[in-house]
Amino acid sequence: MTINFDTALGIHPQALALRERRTEVLAANLANADTPGYKAQDLNFSSILNKTLSKDVSLEKTQARHFGTDRRILGAEVLFRNPNQISLDGNTVETQVEQAKYAENAVQYQASLQFLSGNFAELKSAIKGE
Amino acid sequence: MSALKIFDIAGSGMNAQSLRLNLVASNISNANTVSSSEGDVYKSRQPVFAAEFKKVMDKQNDGTSQVNIMGVIESQAPTVMEYAPNHPMADKNGYIFKPNVNTVEEMANMMSASRSYQNNVEVLNTAKQMILQTLKLGQ
Repeated sequence: MTINFDTALGIHPQALALRERRTEVLAANLANADTPGYKAQDLNFSSILNKTLSKDVSLEKTQARHFGTDRRILGAEVLFRNPNQISLDGNTVETQVEQAKYAENAVQYQASLQFLSGNFAELKSAIKGE
Repeated sequence: MSALKIFDIAGSGMNAQSLRLNLVASNISNANTVSSSEGDVYKSRQPVFAAEFKKVMDKQNDGTSQVNIMGVIESQAPTVMEYAPNHPMADKNGYIFKPNVNTVEEMANMMSASRSYQNNVEVLNTAKQMILQTLKLGQ
């Protein structure tokens, strides 16, 4: 039995990468809170993660040179947010909503990071054989 | 590392908001500057922001955008004409011209700009903490 990083670390590296992307999108929303006509964006996290997790989407290989689907590739889909209240200048950023999402995302990022740290600690103790 | 892009994005937001604050300061301090002709009188100045989509033609474009400062416009609101024949700046008909600065509006503008600036600072701080924690991963 071989231990490789993919199986040992599980979904957390992908989740971490996705959280990082989401931080970027939400930061752009907050920076453009006063830009007329700017439309707030967000990532549909659960749909991307489900797509990443489901093994059904893998393509069948009937020839040696066929490309497989790498489940680490995150086709991050960016969607526009539906505002609770529209503004006259066409901007759909609601600062309080974005702030809440940003804080939520930062906490979730830290959670993923904690899981990853735990995984590394496990690997370390396995290597040391203590 | 793409997380460093957050610094650029939040930085552009801070840049835009600080320009807005500068213009508010300019408008408020010149709110009572009088002139003897309508052409010379100080006009309220306002910034124009637009979203700048980075690398639109590039396939690597991920939809995030910085704030682009398109420029500064002068308000088209009418200036105030006041009859003050004893004023040293009065024109030959005895009128002086006052700027079209609305100080109440400018104060509200100032608070909005300052809050937006603080928002961007918070975003930057959180992103910085996230990156620092990631650097400590596995230790």
